Amino acid sequence: MNLAWILLFLPLVVAAVNQLVLRKSAVVPWVSTGSAVASLLLSFLLIGKTGGPTPIHWASIGDFHLDIGIQLDKLSTGMMLVVTGVGALVHIFSLAYMHDDEGKARYFTGLSFFMFSMTGIVLANNFIMTFIFWELVGFSSYLLIGHWYQKESAADAAKKAFLCNRVGDFGFMIGILMLWGITGALSFAGMKSGLTTFITANPTIWIGVLSAAVLCIFCGAVGKSAQVPLHVWLPDAMEGPTPVSALIHAATMVAAGVYMLFRVQVSLGTEIFHQLPASDVIAWTGGITALLAALMATQQDDIKRVLAYSTLSQLGYMVMAVGLVAGEAGMFHLFTHAWFKALLFLGSGAVIFACHHEQDIWKMGGLIKKMPITTATFALGCAALIAVPGTSGFFSKELILDAAHEAHSPLFWVAAFVAVLTPFYMTRLFVVAFLGKHRSHGADHAHEVGPLMWGPLVLLALLAVISGYSFIAGFSPAPPEHHGNGFQIGMVAGISLAALVIGVTAGFVLYNGKDKDPLSIPLFRNRFYFDSIYDNVLVRFFQDTTAAIINFFDEFLINGLLVGGLSRATASTGNLFRQLQSGSLQGYAFAFGLGVILVIYFTVFLQS
Amino acid sequence: MPSPLFWLFSLIMLIGGCAVIAFRNPVSSALSVVACFAGLAGLFVGLNAYFIGIIQILVYTGAVMVLFLFIIMLLDLKDEQKRAKSLAPLLAGVGLSIAFIIQLIGVLSKSPDKIAPALNAETLGAAAADFTKGGKIATALTDGRLPDVHLIGHTLFTQYNLPFQILGVLLLVATVGVVVLSKKTEEKKTEDRR
Amino acid sequence: MATLNDYLFVSGMLFTIGLAGVVIRRNIIIVFMCLELMLSAANLSLVAFSRFNTVKGLPDYNGQMLVFFVITVAAAEVAVGLAIIIALYRARQTIHTDELTSLKG
Repeated sequence: MNLAWILLFLPLVVAAVNQLVLRKSAVVPWVSTGSAVASLLLSFLLIGKTGGPTPIHWASIGDFHLDIGIQLDKLSTGMMLVVTGVGALVHIFSLAYMHDDEGKARYFTGLSFFMFSMTGIVLANNFIMTFIFWELVGFSSYLLIGHWYQKESAADAAKKAFLCNRVGDFGFMIGILMLWGITGALSFAGMKSGLTTFITANPTIWIGVLSAAVLCIFCGAVGKSAQVPLHVWLPDAMEGPTPVSALIHAATMVAAGVYMLFRVQVSLGTEIFHQLPASDVIAWTGGITALLAALMATQQDDIKRVLAYSTLSQLGYMVMAVGLVAGEAGMFHLFTHAWFKALLFLGSGAVIFACHHEQDIWKMGGLIKKMPITTATFALGCAALIAVPGTSGFFSKELILDAAHEAHSPLFWVAAFVAVLTPFYMTRLFVVAFLGKHRSHGADHAHEVGPLMWGPLVLLALLAVISGYSFIAGFSPAPPEHHGNGFQIGMVAGISLAALVIGVTAGFVLYNGKDKDPLSIPLFRNRFYFDSIYDNVLVRFFQDTTAAIINFFDEFLINGLLVGGLSRATASTGNLFRQLQSGSLQGYAFAFGLGVILVIYFTVFLQS
Repeated sequence: MPSPLFWLFSLIMLIGGCAVIAFRNPVSSALSVVACFAGLAGLFVGLNAYFIGIIQILVYTGAVMVLFLFIIMLLDLKDEQKRAKSLAPLLAGVGLSIAFIIQLIGVLSKSPDKIAPALNAETLGAAAADFTKGGKIATALTDGRLPDVHLIGHTLFTQYNLPFQILGVLLLVATVGVVVLSKKTEEKKTEDRR
Repeated sequence: MATLNDYLFVSGMLFTIGLAGVVIRRNIIIVFMCLELMLSAANLSLVAFSRFNTVKGLPDYNGQMLVFFVITVAAAEVAVGLAIIIALYRARQTIHTDELTSLKG
């Protein structure tokens, strides 16, 4: 059981040693990578374990106790496998990708710190601990997105990500407190009994109260998993190094929201959520996110942004599944998605690396001849993402569509439409970037990346294909019960296949051999104007308002009244008394005489 | 009812004092001070303080005021006529004076009045017992006279010897100080000349 | 005979005149003279107290001692003060107080 503690604190120790002792030494990347691989091994060793080590007592306030504890169960060990697996591969990939970067040591320290934070979220056995690590994840993500902080866009993106997360975290904190108030327990294990007591005590209002609490907690997930309307940070976060995008913004951190939601569902009892109106809100938020993100993805030119929007869309699927109280499907999709999306991001990283940091797909093209391994693995990743039958994505997406079909007719059609859009934009991406002719100097001179890079790609490609089958899926956080090897031909599968065929065909026909985008839909290209609305309305309004308030405080209260007022009061008092210093002898004599008269008056006349 | 001499000398003194302020010419002012001090000396004499009255004339009117006159002439001061009169100091001074006099009257009307104790042959003769028999003081006292100078000398050299010596040192210091003050300006002048 | 209050009143009047002179006049020498008037007014009070407070049938000579010292110190003060006035005049070419405003803040 001590293994779990080691698993949790190893990355922290490594990060601390890197930062404090090794600093800019060349061994930092290797130490971090070693620790990531060790974490992966530890995760393997922990598979199947349940329970958890004795919690470390942290603080007590009266009867209220805070523990740092670890909860081991199917969910957390399976999730750890995803986190450490993708983490280790990303570390290895980064060794090559970041080889020439000056801030390499800082980067790997950040990665280790992120691993620590993410491990903490996954292993946490109570909500306070989750929240702490939740914030740490936000912080390390800030560090990593802003890795190239010299670039203004990167610094802004890091800030944006952090702020968006903060907005969600605010609701999350309220939700945690509400849940605590409802159940009287912070640890996941004690929640269910507390909730039962609450329901029997308040049979009429518990649905509303619990819904509010769940929605507040969902706010945290909206921030972290980048759901509409807080999704705007994720595409911008692509300013970070590509492996970071793969690790944080595809596989792990953004999945933390889904994981946490599912953890709450499991802790409170899944069946209760059927009665909660909050579930509908969650499901619809997920569905809308999936739809909007897919639409936006169709018009993006930056290879990483396409992938980012596709991530948003897939996260929408997962959240939708959780909202439909089919969390297993969502977690299974999270499991498979982690592999193939990490693969896609790392593949795009390899492409970007090979094309000398060119990210515009319209300036790539013809890479299939230059980079066969990358292209092959990327194609497998695409296949998994667009749910080609037989790949992992097919199984998991099918489960979600099934769940939607069983529960909610409108959401099913939304999901189905997204299933059309996904193959469409992925085909577009693949056709434009890898097929055809090269359209720029960088793409012309591209060459296959080294084994340190294609190694992880191949491994991930393998996983992207096979992780849907039960011998791998058994390791997943929440293995689906009725998932089959192969697929049942039903209405859902039929629609799904039809969507795939339509999407791919449309994408191929539209984009094959084109040198520029034949479609131009400003609404999608401009991302539904979310960013401009935020910039112009929210940011400007709030910024201007707060700036005015702060300016008031700063200029008027502090500068004007406190500092300036004091100095002006001193100066004017001084001036007042300066008038007394007339320099006139007669004036002084007069004052002196007046004083004498007053003294006589006070001592003689007032006394008697 | 005060004696006419008291009124005479008081008037001389107060009119002299007012004249000091009223005259524009410093020399006239200085001479008014002399007149004022002469009246004052008369009052002293009326109070049986003959010695004080004498040194008031000798020191003040004789030495100090002559010194003033010397200085006035040395500086060759002109009248203040050219200068624009400003009303404010005048008002301030008059107001201050009125306030002062009101307070003075207030204080004096409340304090108990006192008539001068008699100084006649009887009382003086009784006082002679304290002094050496046959000495000048005792003899004069028994004769019914007030040996003012002798008594002052007696008090000065018996009870106030140390302050008297210190006063001598003070005068010496003042002399040296005056010399230094004058000398410094001389040095400055010579430096300027160079 | 005049009573003690008569003397004190006259003395107070003289002092008031001196004070008024200090406030009104701008010529520093006359201001100085007015200071002497004020000192003398104090002397008059002292001598009056001395006369009106007999000790063993004689005037209280302690008061006259104080007057003696005051006159002596005043003489020294006049000497030094006039020397300062001369130095001042040499430095500033004026002895009018409204032109001597270096103390103005």
